[in-house]
Amino acid sequence: MSQPIATGLKYAYYPGCSLEATAKEYGQSVRAVCSHLGIELTEIPDWSCCGASSGHSTSRKLACTLAGRNLALAEEMGMDIAVACPACYIRLRNAHHEMQNDDRLREELSSVMSLSYQAEHGTRHLLDIIVNEIGLENLKSKVVKPLKGLKLAAYYGCYLVRPPELVAFDDPENPRCLDDLLSALGAEVRDWSGKVDCCGGSLSLSKRDIASQMVGGLIEMARQAGAEAMVAACPLCHANLEMRQTGADGKKLPVFYFTELIGLALGIAEARSWLKRHLISPSGLLTSLGL
Amino acid sequence: MQYINKEGRTELDRRFGEQVKEESGAEIDRCYQCLTCSLGCPSAFAMDYLPHQIVRMVQMGLRQEVLTSSTIWVCADCQTCATRCPNEVDLVGIMDVLRETSLREGLAKERAVADFHRIFLGNIEQWGRQHELSLIIKLKLKTRDLFTDLPLGIKMLKKGKLKLLPERFKEIKNVRDIFRRAEK
Repeated sequence: MSQPIATGLKYAYYPGCSLEATAKEYGQSVRAVCSHLGIELTEIPDWSCCGASSGHSTSRKLACTLAGRNLALAEEMGMDIAVACPACYIRLRNAHHEMQNDDRLREELSSVMSLSYQAEHGTRHLLDIIVNEIGLENLKSKVVKPLKGLKLAAYYGCYLVRPPELVAFDDPENPRCLDDLLSALGAEVRDWSGKVDCCGGSLSLSKRDIASQMVGGLIEMARQAGAEAMVAACPLCHANLEMRQTGADGKKLPVFYFTELIGLALGIAEARSWLKRHLISPSGLLTSLGL
Repeated sequence: MQYINKEGRTELDRRFGEQVKEESGAEIDRCYQCLTCSLGCPSAFAMDYLPHQIVRMVQMGLRQEVLTSSTIWVCADCQTCATRCPNEVDLVGIMDVLRETSLREGLAKERAVADFHRIFLGNIEQWGRQHELSLIIKLKLKTRDLFTDLPLGIKMLKKGKLKLLPERFKEIKNVRDIFRRAEK
């Protein structure tokens, strides 16, 4: 294997619940790509669920302390957190923000965990780390198999870009970093207007019809822009876009995780095996392009 | 003070606006009904009241209507409204407080969403991490909707996307302490 690009990029890794189950292929591709690029991930020992939207829909205190537990564990490790799930990302950043401004919450968390939490270390999304720490020129130099002819719509969804007070690594209305990353991998990136529209992922299990309608709108927009597949950076968007897409099986639009495409372009051997877990198989599309 | 709606007269709760304002920290009075929130809302098509109407109803004190509305549960929490609001009214914070209050008082209209949140948190309290398979099964049992997603569930199991058993978790006592304290 060639030398990794980065040295000294070390993070406390928070996988989150989805990356170990419904989004197992995302979890596998994240670890493989990071190791290939020289991003050292040390899993937070005994991390717990961030509480997701159920936490903050129920109680602010619960949402902050549940997510905060992981912040405190990472602080003990002396590292910033790297996370790949935008829903976890926003919960962790929100808890950090709230605790910085609320002594009582911070003391509450310190007391329940028998430590002294200072709210000093931050949380970064892996897309941010790859684009802004590794750099796209660097990434491009590692591409051995350009994704030539693959027409893609980059889908950011909600929590990578909103709310801008909490997450500010790209523009909230017209982000570019994922588009630029996919271009660096050699793909044909289509500009489209659905990149930050919500897919309804949080309603996918409880209000299926609403989620399905929201997914349908996005798929239609991506198709009209000429895309043959969508690219997500979120396990909940990915699951929702796959599960709630209607139409005949062979006609559905495949959805990739951005890390899977990095893996393919960088020639990581196991990349093809991640794709076998998709509900909508992208292998026909890839084979037709010789990828 | 009373308010006349389609069903008859309703009491206005003049303190409601203040309460929501205090709990959410949102500057509710700043809203001048420009409709930016409602026009950009991706799930507005499924709501009984549009987001800007909810804000107005909170200002006026239509407590019962707001807390029993579908809107607060159909909101997908995408944060588009608060991001675009020209007056920086934190609609996301308002929705959170409304859901929290509606759950606490047993007024949640969209039972499936409320059930989802309860089951989701119950699993975390039990295991420390989310176990998706049991989340899905419990929700399907609770909402008596066993078959609509069955083929999908089987496909996901075959693809290895659903773990059969929850993981062992060492510090579960710690997580349960967090839940216990949050209830106080």
